[in-house]
Amino acid sequence: MSNNLLEIRDLHKSYGDVEVLKGVNCTMTQGDVISVIGSSGSGKTTMLRCINMLEEFQGGTISIDGQEIGYEMVGGQRRRKSEKEIARQRALTGMAFQQFNLFPHMTAARNIMLGLMKVKKLSKEEARSIAEKWLDRVGLRSRADNFPGQLSGGQQQRVAIARAIAMNPKLMLFDEVTSALDPELVNEVLQVIKTLAQDGMSMLLVTHEMRFAYEVSNRVIFMNQGRIGEEGNPREMFHKPKSERLAEFLKTSSFG
Amino acid sequence: MDIAHFLDILWLARIPILKGLGVTISISLLAICFGTILGVFVGLALTYGVRPLRWIVRGYTDFIRGTPVLVLVLASYYVLGTIGLDLGPFQAGVLALAVFCSSHVGEIVRGALQSIPKGQTEAAKAIGLTFPQTFAYVLGPQALRQILPAWVNTAAEMVKASTLLSIIGVAELLLRTQEIISRAFMSLEFYLFAGLLYFVINYAIERFGRYVERKTAVPS
Repeated sequence: MSNNLLEIRDLHKSYGDVEVLKGVNCTMTQGDVISVIGSSGSGKTTMLRCINMLEEFQGGTISIDGQEIGYEMVGGQRRRKSEKEIARQRALTGMAFQQFNLFPHMTAARNIMLGLMKVKKLSKEEARSIAEKWLDRVGLRSRADNFPGQLSGGQQQRVAIARAIAMNPKLMLFDEVTSALDPELVNEVLQVIKTLAQDGMSMLLVTHEMRFAYEVSNRVIFMNQGRIGEEGNPREMFHKPKSERLAEFLKTSSFG
Repeated sequence: MDIAHFLDILWLARIPILKGLGVTISISLLAICFGTILGVFVGLALTYGVRPLRWIVRGYTDFIRGTPVLVLVLASYYVLGTIGLDLGPFQAGVLALAVFCSSHVGEIVRGALQSIPKGQTEAAKAIGLTFPQTFAYVLGPQALRQILPAWVNTAAEMVKASTLLSIIGVAELLLRTQEIISRAFMSLEFYLFAGLLYFVINYAIERFGRYVERKTAVPS
Protein backbone atom coordinates (compact mmCIF):
# COMPACT_ATOMS: atom_id res chain seq x y z
CA MET A 1 0.00 0.00 0.00
CA SER A 2 1.28 3.39 -0.90
CA ASN A 3 -0.27 6.61 0.19
CA ASN A 4 -0.69 7.77 -3.35
CA LEU A 5 -4.21 8.77 -4.20
CA LEU A 6 -3.80 7.73 -7.81
CA GLU A 7 -1.21 5.41 -9.19
CA ILE A 8 -1.07 4.55 -12.87
CA ARG A 9 1.51 1.97 -13.87
CA ASP A 10 2.45 1.09 -17.41
CA LEU A 11 -1.04 1.75 -18.78
CA HIS A 12 -1.63 0.33 -22.24
CA LYS A 13 -4.75 0.81 -24.28
CA SER A 14 -5.54 -0.03 -27.87
CA TYR A 15 -8.51 0.35 -30.14
CA GLY A 16 -8.10 -2.68 -32.35
CA ASP A 17 -4.65 -2.37 -33.90
CA VAL A 18 -4.16 1.24 -32.91
CA GLU A 19 -2.32 1.67 -29.64
CA VAL A 20 -3.37 4.96 -28.07
CA LEU A 21 -1.69 4.62 -24.69
CA LYS A 22 1.78 3.13 -24.83
CA GLY A 23 2.79 2.74 -21.22
CA VAL A 24 1.69 5.67 -19.11
CA ASN A 25 2.99 6.08 -15.57
CA CYS A 26 1.64 8.69 -13.24
CA THR A 27 1.12 9.21 -9.53
CA MET A 28 -0.86 11.77 -7.69
CA THR A 29 -1.25 12.54 -4.00
CA GLN A 30 -4.16 13.95 -2.04
CA GLY A 31 -4.83 17.57 -2.95
CA ASP A 32 -2.90 17.52 -6.21
CA VAL A 33 -4.34 19.48 -9.08
CA ILE A 34 -2.85 18.13 -12.27
CA SER A 35 -3.52 19.46 -15.73
CA VAL A 36 -3.06 17.15 -18.67
CA ILE A 37 -2.24 18.94 -21.89
CA GLY A 38 -1.28 17.82 -25.36
CA SER A 39 -2.54 17.85 -28.92
CA SER A 40 -5.67 15.96 -29.85
CA GLY A 41 -5.06 12.27 -30.31
CA SER A 42 -2.26 12.27 -27.77
CA GLY A 43 -4.31 10.04 -25.43
CA LYS A 44 -5.14 12.47 -22.63
CA THR A 45 -8.90 11.95 -22.67
CA THR A 46 -8.46 8.20 -23.09
CA MET A 47 -6.24 8.09 -20.01
CA LEU A 48 -8.86 9.96 -18.03
CA ARG A 49 -11.60 7.61 -19.21
CA CYS A 50 -9.57 4.55 -18.23
CA ILE A 51 -9.35 5.83 -14.67
CA ASN A 52 -13.09 5.41 -14.19
CA MET A 53 -13.42 2.44 -16.52
CA LEU A 54 -15.38 4.20 -19.21
CA GLU A 55 -12.70 2.60 -21.37
CA GLU A 56 -11.29 -0.87 -20.98
CA PHE A 57 -7.52 -1.13 -20.97
CA GLN A 58 -5.38 -4.05 -21.97
CA GLY A 59 -2.27 -3.62 -19.87
CA GLY A 60 -1.00 -2.01 -16.71
CA THR A 61 -2.77 -1.09 -13.50
CA ILE A 62 -4.62 1.88 -12.10
CA SER A 63 -5.09 2.21 -8.35
CA ILE A 64 -7.10 4.76 -6.46
CA ASP A 65 -6.46 4.94 -2.75
CA GLY A 66 -4.75 1.57 -2.95
CA GLN A 67 -7.66 -0.14 -4.73
CA GLU A 68 -6.95 -1.62 -8.11
CA ILE A 69 -9.47 -0.35 -10.59
CA GLY A 70 -11.36 -2.54 -13.02
CA TYR A 71 -9.24 -5.66 -13.14
CA GLU A 72 -7.85 -8.22 -10.76
CA MET A 73 -5.43 -11.09 -11.00
CA VAL A 74 -7.05 -14.45 -10.39
CA GLY A 75 -4.69 -17.41 -10.58
CA GLY A 76 -2.23 -15.50 -12.73
CA GLN A 77 -5.02 -14.43 -15.09
CA ARG A 78 -6.06 -10.81 -15.51
CA ARG A 79 -9.82 -10.60 -15.12
CA ARG A 80 -12.36 -7.81 -15.33
CA LYS A 81 -14.07 -7.24 -12.03
CA SER A 82 -17.83 -7.71 -11.73
CA GLU A 83 -20.07 -4.94 -13.05
CA LYS A 84 -21.29 -4.25 -9.56
CA GLU A 85 -17.77 -3.86 -8.21
CA ILE A 86 -16.81 -1.63 -11.13
CA ALA A 87 -19.89 0.52 -10.52
CA ARG A 88 -18.82 0.85 -6.88
CA GLN A 89 -15.28 1.79 -7.89
CA ARG A 90 -16.52 4.37 -10.36
CA ALA A 91 -18.03 6.23 -7.44
CA LEU A 92 -14.48 6.77 -6.10
CA THR A 93 -14.04 9.30 -8.86
CA GLY A 94 -16.32 11.99 -10.15
CA MET A 95 -16.30 13.02 -13.77
CA ALA A 96 -17.33 16.12 -15.66
CA PHE A 97 -17.67 15.76 -19.41
CA GLN A 98 -17.08 17.99 -22.38
CA GLN A 99 -20.77 17.72 -23.33
CA PHE A 100 -22.07 18.08 -19.72
CA ASN A 101 -24.32 15.01 -20.16
CA LEU A 102 -26.95 16.17 -17.73
CA PHE A 103 -30.07 14.03 -17.71
CA PRO A 104 -32.48 16.18 -19.72
CA HIS A 105 -35.65 14.80 -18.15
CA MET A 106 -34.65 15.75 -14.60
CA THR A 107 -34.35 19.10 -12.92
CA ALA A 108 -30.93 20.35 -11.85
CA ALA A 109 -31.60 19.20 -8.28
CA ARG A 110 -32.85 15.77 -9.41
CA ASN A 111 -29.74 15.31 -11.54
CA ILE A 112 -27.64 15.67 -8.41
CA MET A 113 -30.00 13.67 -6.20
CA LEU A 114 -30.12 10.59 -8.43
CA GLY A 115 -26.70 9.26 -7.48
CA LEU A 116 -27.10 10.25 -3.85
CA MET A 117 -30.35 8.31 -3.58
CA LYS A 118 -29.61 5.28 -5.76
CA VAL A 119 -25.88 4.80 -5.14
CA LYS A 120 -25.38 6.32 -1.70
CA LYS A 121 -28.87 5.25 -0.60
CA LEU A 122 -29.63 8.56 1.08
CA SER A 123 -33.21 9.60 1.76
CA LYS A 124 -34.88 12.04 -0.57
CA GLU A 125 -34.65 14.83 2.01
CA GLU A 126 -30.94 14.30 2.68
CA ALA A 127 -30.23 14.12 -1.04
CA ARG A 128 -32.19 17.29 -1.66
CA SER A 129 -30.32 19.23 0.99
CA ILE A 130 -26.93 18.08 -0.35
CA ALA A 131 -28.04 18.97 -3.87
CA GLU A 132 -29.06 22.43 -2.75
CA LYS A 133 -25.81 22.91 -0.89
CA TRP A 134 -23.78 22.12 -4.00
CA LEU A 135 -26.01 24.13 -6.30
CA ASP A 136 -25.41 26.99 -3.94
CA ARG A 137 -21.66 26.43 -4.19
CA VAL A 138 -21.76 26.67 -7.98
CA GLY A 139 -24.01 29.71 -7.77
CA LEU A 140 -27.17 28.06 -9.05
CA ARG A 141 -29.32 27.60 -5.99
CA SER A 142 -32.17 29.48 -7.63
CA ARG A 143 -32.05 27.13 -10.63
CA ALA A 144 -32.61 23.94 -8.61
CA ASP A 145 -35.96 23.21 -10.20
CA ASN A 146 -35.05 24.14 -13.75
CA PHE A 147 -34.49 21.50 -16.39
CA PRO A 148 -31.17 21.39 -18.27
CA GLY A 149 -32.89 22.68 -21.40
CA GLN A 150 -33.71 25.86 -19.51
CA LEU A 151 -30.09 26.53 -18.55
CA SER A 152 -27.20 28.02 -20.50
CA GLY A 153 -24.22 25.83 -21.39
CA GLY A 154 -22.13 27.29 -18.58
CA GLN A 155 -24.90 26.72 -16.07
CA GLN A 156 -25.39 23.17 -17.26
CA GLN A 157 -21.71 22.46 -16.87
CA ARG A 158 -21.75 23.88 -13.34
CA VAL A 159 -24.68 21.63 -12.46
CA ALA A 160 -22.80 18.68 -13.99
CA ILE A 161 -19.77 19.48 -11.85
CA ALA A 162 -22.00 19.77 -8.77
CA ARG A 163 -23.56 16.41 -9.64
CA ALA A 164 -20.14 14.76 -9.69
CA ILE A 165 -18.79 16.49 -6.59
CA ALA A 166 -21.90 15.87 -4.50
CA MET A 167 -21.06 12.17 -4.58
CA ASN A 168 -18.02 13.05 -2.51
CA PRO A 169 -15.43 11.44 -4.79
CA LYS A 170 -11.79 11.10 -3.80
CA LEU A 171 -10.70 12.40 -7.16
CA MET A 172 -12.39 14.63 -9.72
CA LEU A 173 -11.78 14.08 -13.41
CA PHE A 174 -12.47 16.96 -15.78
CA ASP A 175 -12.57 16.12 -19.46
CA GLU A 176 -12.21 19.32 -21.51
CA VAL A 177 -15.12 20.80 -19.63
CA THR A 178 -14.95 24.17 -21.34
CA SER A 179 -14.39 23.03 -24.92
CA ALA A 180 -18.09 22.99 -25.82
CA LEU A 181 -18.83 26.36 -24.26
CA ASP A 182 -19.18 29.75 -25.85
CA PRO A 183 -16.14 31.88 -24.94
CA GLU A 184 -18.10 34.16 -22.62
CA LEU A 185 -19.30 31.17 -20.57
CA VAL A 186 -15.89 29.58 -20.06
CA ASN A 187 -14.90 31.75 -17.17
CA GLU A 188 -17.80 30.93 -14.84
CA VAL A 189 -16.95 27.24 -15.12
CA LEU A 190 -13.23 27.76 -14.60
CA GLN A 191 -14.04 29.87 -11.58
CA VAL A 192 -15.98 26.98 -10.03
CA ILE A 193 -13.09 24.60 -10.64
CA LYS A 194 -10.66 27.07 -9.14
CA THR A 195 -12.66 27.30 -5.91
CA LEU A 196 -12.78 23.53 -5.68
CA ALA A 197 -9.02 23.40 -6.13
CA GLN A 198 -8.59 25.93 -3.34
CA ASP A 199 -10.73 23.72 -1.11
CA GLY A 200 -8.21 20.94 -1.54
CA MET A 201 -10.12 18.73 -3.97
CA SER A 202 -7.81 16.39 -5.85
CA MET A 203 -8.29 16.94 -9.54
CA LEU A 204 -7.08 15.69 -12.85
CA LEU A 205 -7.98 18.05 -15.66
CA VAL A 206 -7.69 17.48 -19.36
CA THR A 207 -7.75 20.97 -20.77
CA HIS A 208 -6.95 23.23 -23.67
CA GLU A 209 -7.03 26.31 -21.48
CA MET A 210 -3.31 26.79 -21.02
CA ARG A 211 -3.62 29.97 -19.01
CA PHE A 212 -5.97 28.18 -16.63
CA ALA A 213 -3.73 25.11 -16.39
CA TYR A 214 -0.88 27.42 -15.54
CA GLU A 215 -2.80 29.20 -12.81
CA VAL A 216 -4.69 26.40 -11.13
CA SER A 217 -2.50 23.31 -11.21
CA ASN A 218 0.51 22.37 -9.13
CA ARG A 219 1.67 19.94 -11.79
CA VAL A 220 1.27 19.69 -15.53
CA ILE A 221 1.52 16.58 -17.67
CA PHE A 222 2.23 16.90 -21.36
CA MET A 223 1.01 13.89 -23.30
CA ASN A 224 2.56 13.10 -26.61
CA GLN A 225 1.67 10.16 -28.85
CA GLY A 226 0.34 7.94 -26.10
CA ARG A 227 3.10 8.60 -23.62
CA ILE A 228 3.89 11.24 -21.05
CA GLY A 229 6.22 13.54 -22.91
CA GLU A 230 7.13 15.81 -20.07
CA GLU A 231 5.86 16.69 -16.63
CA GLY A 232 6.66 19.16 -13.92
CA ASN A 233 5.46 22.29 -12.24
CA PRO A 234 3.60 24.71 -14.49
CA ARG A 235 6.15 27.48 -14.31
CA GLU A 236 9.01 25.32 -15.61
CA MET A 237 6.81 23.57 -18.11
CA PHE A 238 5.39 26.67 -19.69
CA HIS A 239 8.41 28.92 -19.51
CA LYS A 240 11.27 26.48 -19.95
CA PRO A 241 9.96 23.46 -21.84
CA LYS A 242 12.66 20.79 -22.06
CA SER A 243 11.41 18.95 -25.10
CA GLU A 244 11.02 20.46 -28.53
CA ARG A 245 7.60 18.83 -28.79
CA LEU A 246 6.25 20.72 -25.82
CA ALA A 247 7.81 23.98 -26.97
CA GLU A 248 6.13 23.54 -30.32
CA PHE A 249 2.81 22.63 -28.74
CA LEU A 250 2.88 25.67 -26.48
CA LYS A 251 3.64 27.90 -29.43
CA THR A 252 0.51 26.78 -31.26
CA SER A 253 -1.67 26.79 -28.16
CA SER A 254 -3.45 29.69 -26.59
CA PHE A 255 -0.80 30.22 -23.92
CA GLY A 256 1.05 33.48 -24.00
CA MET B 1 -79.94 7.98 -49.03
CA ASP B 2 -83.02 7.66 -46.82
CA ILE B 3 -81.84 8.84 -43.42
CA ALA B 4 -84.96 7.83 -41.49
CA HIS B 5 -84.90 4.34 -42.97
CA PHE B 6 -81.19 4.00 -42.18
CA LEU B 7 -81.71 5.10 -38.59
CA ASP B 8 -84.52 2.55 -38.23
CA ILE B 9 -82.32 -0.28 -39.39
CA LEU B 10 -79.41 1.02 -37.34
CA TRP B 11 -81.57 0.96 -34.24
CA LEU B 12 -82.66 -2.60 -34.97
CA ALA B 13 -79.05 -3.63 -35.53
CA ARG B 14 -77.69 -1.81 -32.50
CA ILE B 15 -76.98 -4.94 -30.47
CA PRO B 16 -74.86 -6.75 -33.07
CA ILE B 17 -73.05 -3.51 -33.91
CA LEU B 18 -72.25 -2.82 -30.27
CA LYS B 19 -71.12 -6.42 -29.82
CA GLY B 20 -68.90 -6.09 -32.87
CA LEU B 21 -67.51 -2.84 -31.57
CA GLY B 22 -66.81 -4.53 -28.21
CA VAL B 23 -64.97 -7.37 -29.94
CA THR B 24 -62.95 -4.94 -32.05
CA ILE B 25 -61.95 -2.99 -28.97
CA SER B 26 -61.02 -6.08 -26.96
CA ILE B 27 -58.98 -7.57 -29.80
CA SER B 28 -57.15 -4.31 -30.31
CA LEU B 29 -56.52 -3.75 -26.61
CA LEU B 30 -55.23 -7.28 -26.04
CA ALA B 31 -53.06 -7.18 -29.15
CA ILE B 32 -51.63 -3.78 -28.25
CA CYS B 33 -50.94 -4.78 -24.62
CA PHE B 34 -49.32 -8.14 -25.36
CA GLY B 35 -47.61 -6.76 -28.43
CA THR B 36 -46.16 -3.83 -26.49
CA ILE B 37 -44.89 -5.98 -23.62
CA LEU B 38 -43.30 -8.46 -26.01
CA GLY B 39 -42.08 -5.58 -28.17
CA VAL B 40 -40.20 -3.97 -25.28
CA PHE B 41 -38.30 -7.22 -24.75
CA VAL B 42 -37.66 -7.43 -28.49
CA GLY B 43 -36.31 -3.87 -28.44
CA LEU B 44 -34.09 -4.59 -25.43
CA ALA B 45 -32.73 -7.74 -27.06
CA LEU B 46 -32.04 -5.82 -30.29
CA THR B 47 -30.20 -3.09 -28.42
CA TYR B 48 -28.38 -4.85 -25.60
CA GLY B 49 -28.62 -8.56 -26.43
CA VAL B 50 -25.52 -10.69 -26.93
CA ARG B 51 -24.78 -11.36 -30.56
CA PRO B 52 -26.54 -14.73 -31.13
CA LEU B 53 -29.68 -13.51 -29.36
CA ARG B 54 -29.62 -10.30 -31.35
CA TRP B 55 -29.42 -12.23 -34.62
CA ILE B 56 -32.34 -14.45 -33.68
CA VAL B 57 -34.51 -11.52 -32.64
CA ARG B 58 -33.45 -9.51 -35.68
CA GLY B 59 -34.55 -12.45 -37.86
CA TYR B 60 -37.87 -12.55 -36.02
CA THR B 61 -38.65 -8.85 -36.47
CA ASP B 62 -37.52 -8.72 -40.10
CA PHE B 63 -39.56 -11.80 -40.94
CA ILE B 64 -42.70 -10.60 -39.17
CA ARG B 65 -42.46 -7.07 -40.49
CA GLY B 66 -42.00 -8.36 -44.00
CA THR B 67 -45.10 -10.54 -43.83
CA PRO B 68 -48.62 -9.25 -44.54
CA VAL B 69 -50.77 -9.21 -41.40
CA LEU B 70 -53.39 -11.24 -43.21
CA VAL B 71 -50.87 -14.02 -43.77
CA LEU B 72 -50.03 -13.98 -40.06
CA VAL B 73 -53.71 -14.15 -39.17
CA LEU B 74 -54.36 -17.07 -41.51
CA ALA B 75 -51.20 -18.84 -40.36
CA SER B 76 -51.97 -18.56 -36.69
CA TYR B 77 -55.51 -19.84 -37.27
CA TYR B 78 -54.92 -22.61 -39.81
CA VAL B 79 -51.23 -23.55 -39.49
CA LEU B 80 -50.92 -23.67 -35.71
CA GLY B 81 -53.83 -26.11 -35.70
CA THR B 82 -51.85 -28.57 -37.81
CA ILE B 83 -49.09 -28.68 -35.21
CA GLY B 84 -51.56 -29.41 -32.43
CA LEU B 85 -51.99 -25.86 -31.13
CA ASP B 86 -55.69 -25.44 -31.68
CA LEU B 87 -56.67 -21.85 -31.05
CA GLY B 88 -60.13 -20.43 -31.51
CA PRO B 89 -60.47 -17.64 -34.07
CA PHE B 90 -60.40 -14.96 -31.38
CA GLN B 91 -57.23 -16.24 -29.70
CA ALA B 92 -55.53 -16.94 -33.02
CA GLY B 93 -56.38 -13.44 -34.19
CA VAL B 94 -55.08 -11.79 -31.04
CA LEU B 95 -51.90 -13.86 -31.25
CA ALA B 96 -51.26 -12.84 -34.85
CA LEU B 97 -51.85 -9.15 -34.18
CA ALA B 98 -49.78 -9.21 -30.97
CA VAL B 99 -46.86 -10.80 -32.80
CA PHE B 100 -47.16 -8.23 -35.57
CA CYS B 101 -47.39 -5.43 -33.03
CA SER B 102 -44.34 -6.71 -31.12
CA SER B 103 -42.09 -6.56 -34.17
CA HIS B 104 -43.05 -2.95 -34.78
CA VAL B 105 -42.81 -1.90 -31.14
CA GLY B 106 -39.46 -3.71 -30.95
CA GLU B 107 -38.08 -1.57 -33.75
CA ILE B 108 -39.49 1.59 -32.20
CA VAL B 109 -37.92 0.76 -28.83
CA ARG B 110 -34.58 -0.07 -30.42
CA GLY B 111 -34.61 3.17 -32.38
CA ALA B 112 -35.44 5.22 -29.30
CA LEU B 113 -32.80 3.60 -27.11
CA GLN B 114 -30.11 3.95 -29.77
CA SER B 115 -30.92 7.59 -30.33
CA ILE B 116 -30.09 8.48 -26.73
CA PRO B 117 -26.57 9.96 -26.72
CA LYS B 118 -23.84 7.70 -25.37
CA GLY B 119 -22.93 10.44 -22.91
CA GLN B 120 -26.09 9.72 -20.94
CA THR B 121 -24.97 6.18 -20.18
CA GLU B 122 -21.46 7.39 -19.43
CA ALA B 123 -22.67 10.07 -17.03
CA ALA B 124 -24.82 7.49 -15.26
CA LYS B 125 -21.88 5.10 -15.03
CA ALA B 126 -19.64 7.87 -13.78
CA ILE B 127 -21.84 8.49 -10.74
CA GLY B 128 -21.78 4.78 -10.00
CA LEU B 129 -25.15 3.59 -11.27
CA THR B 130 -25.39 -0.04 -12.33
CA PHE B 131 -26.84 -0.87 -15.73
CA PRO B 132 -30.35 -1.75 -14.45
CA GLN B 133 -30.41 1.54 -12.54
CA THR B 134 -29.18 3.43 -15.58
CA PHE B 135 -31.95 1.89 -17.61
CA ALA B 136 -34.66 2.51 -15.03
CA TYR B 137 -33.85 6.14 -14.26
CA VAL B 138 -31.94 7.52 -17.23
CA LEU B 139 -32.50 5.62 -20.47
CA GLY B 140 -36.01 4.25 -19.99
CA PRO B 141 -37.74 7.54 -19.18
CA GLN B 142 -36.03 9.27 -22.10
CA ALA B 143 -36.85 6.44 -24.49
CA LEU B 144 -40.47 6.44 -23.38
CA ARG B 145 -40.96 10.02 -24.48
CA GLN B 146 -39.51 9.27 -27.88
CA ILE B 147 -41.49 6.08 -28.35
CA LEU B 148 -44.86 7.62 -27.73
CA PRO B 149 -45.75 9.16 -31.12
CA ALA B 150 -44.69 6.09 -33.08
CA TRP B 151 -46.36 3.81 -30.59
CA VAL B 152 -49.67 5.64 -31.04
CA ASN B 153 -49.37 5.04 -34.78
CA THR B 154 -48.79 1.36 -34.23
CA ALA B 155 -51.75 1.13 -31.87
CA ALA B 156 -53.99 2.73 -34.49
CA GLU B 157 -52.61 0.28 -37.08
CA MET B 158 -53.61 -2.58 -34.79
CA VAL B 159 -57.21 -1.33 -34.64
CA LYS B 160 -57.30 -1.19 -38.42
CA ALA B 161 -55.65 -4.59 -38.75
CA SER B 162 -58.29 -6.11 -36.45
CA THR B 163 -60.70 -5.95 -39.42
CA LEU B 164 -58.68 -8.75 -41.02
CA LEU B 165 -59.93 -11.14 -38.37
CA SER B 166 -63.32 -11.08 -40.11
CA ILE B 167 -61.71 -13.46 -42.64
CA ILE B 168 -61.35 -16.19 -40.00
CA GLY B 169 -64.84 -15.57 -38.68
CA VAL B 170 -64.23 -13.36 -35.64
CA ALA B 171 -67.45 -11.38 -35.21
CA GLU B 172 -65.79 -7.99 -34.92
CA LEU B 173 -67.20 -4.72 -36.13
CA LEU B 174 -66.53 -5.22 -39.84
CA LEU B 175 -67.99 -8.72 -39.99
CA ARG B 176 -71.08 -7.60 -38.07
CA THR B 177 -71.47 -4.67 -40.43
CA GLN B 178 -71.24 -6.94 -43.44
CA GLU B 179 -73.88 -9.24 -41.98
CA ILE B 180 -76.23 -6.31 -41.54
CA ILE B 181 -75.54 -5.05 -45.06
CA SER B 182 -76.31 -8.48 -46.54
CA ARG B 183 -79.74 -8.28 -44.96
CA ALA B 184 -80.56 -4.59 -45.31
CA PHE B 185 -78.86 -3.86 -48.66
CA MET B 186 -77.57 -0.49 -47.43
CA SER B 187 -73.86 -0.92 -48.04
CA LEU B 188 -72.91 2.74 -48.42
CA GLU B 189 -74.58 3.85 -45.19
CA PHE B 190 -73.32 1.03 -43.01
CA TYR B 191 -69.78 1.04 -44.37
CA LEU B 192 -69.67 4.77 -43.72
CA PHE B 193 -71.00 4.21 -40.24
CA ALA B 194 -68.43 1.49 -39.50
CA GLY B 195 -65.72 3.75 -40.87
CA LEU B 196 -66.88 6.46 -38.52
CA LEU B 197 -66.65 4.13 -35.52
CA TYR B 198 -63.10 3.11 -36.47
CA PHE B 199 -62.22 6.75 -36.82
CA VAL B 200 -63.61 7.51 -33.36
CA ILE B 201 -61.53 4.74 -31.77
CA ASN B 202 -58.34 5.85 -33.47
CA TYR B 203 -59.01 9.48 -32.78
CA ALA B 204 -59.41 8.63 -29.09
CA ILE B 205 -56.09 6.76 -29.14
CA GLU B 206 -54.41 9.69 -30.81
CA ARG B 207 -55.82 12.19 -28.30
CA PHE B 208 -54.72 9.95 -25.47
CA GLY B 209 -51.21 9.81 -26.94
CA ARG B 210 -51.09 13.59 -27.27
CA TYR B 211 -52.25 13.97 -23.70
CA VAL B 212 -49.52 11.69 -22.35
CA GLU B 213 -46.97 13.46 -24.55
CA ARG B 214 -47.97 16.80 -23.11
CA LYS B 215 -47.95 15.49 -19.56
CA THR B 216 -44.45 14.04 -19.86
CA ALA B 217 -42.90 16.81 -21.94
CA VAL B 218 -39.64 18.20 -20.58
CA PRO B 219 -39.59 21.99 -20.36
CA SER B 220 -36.86 23.72 -22.28
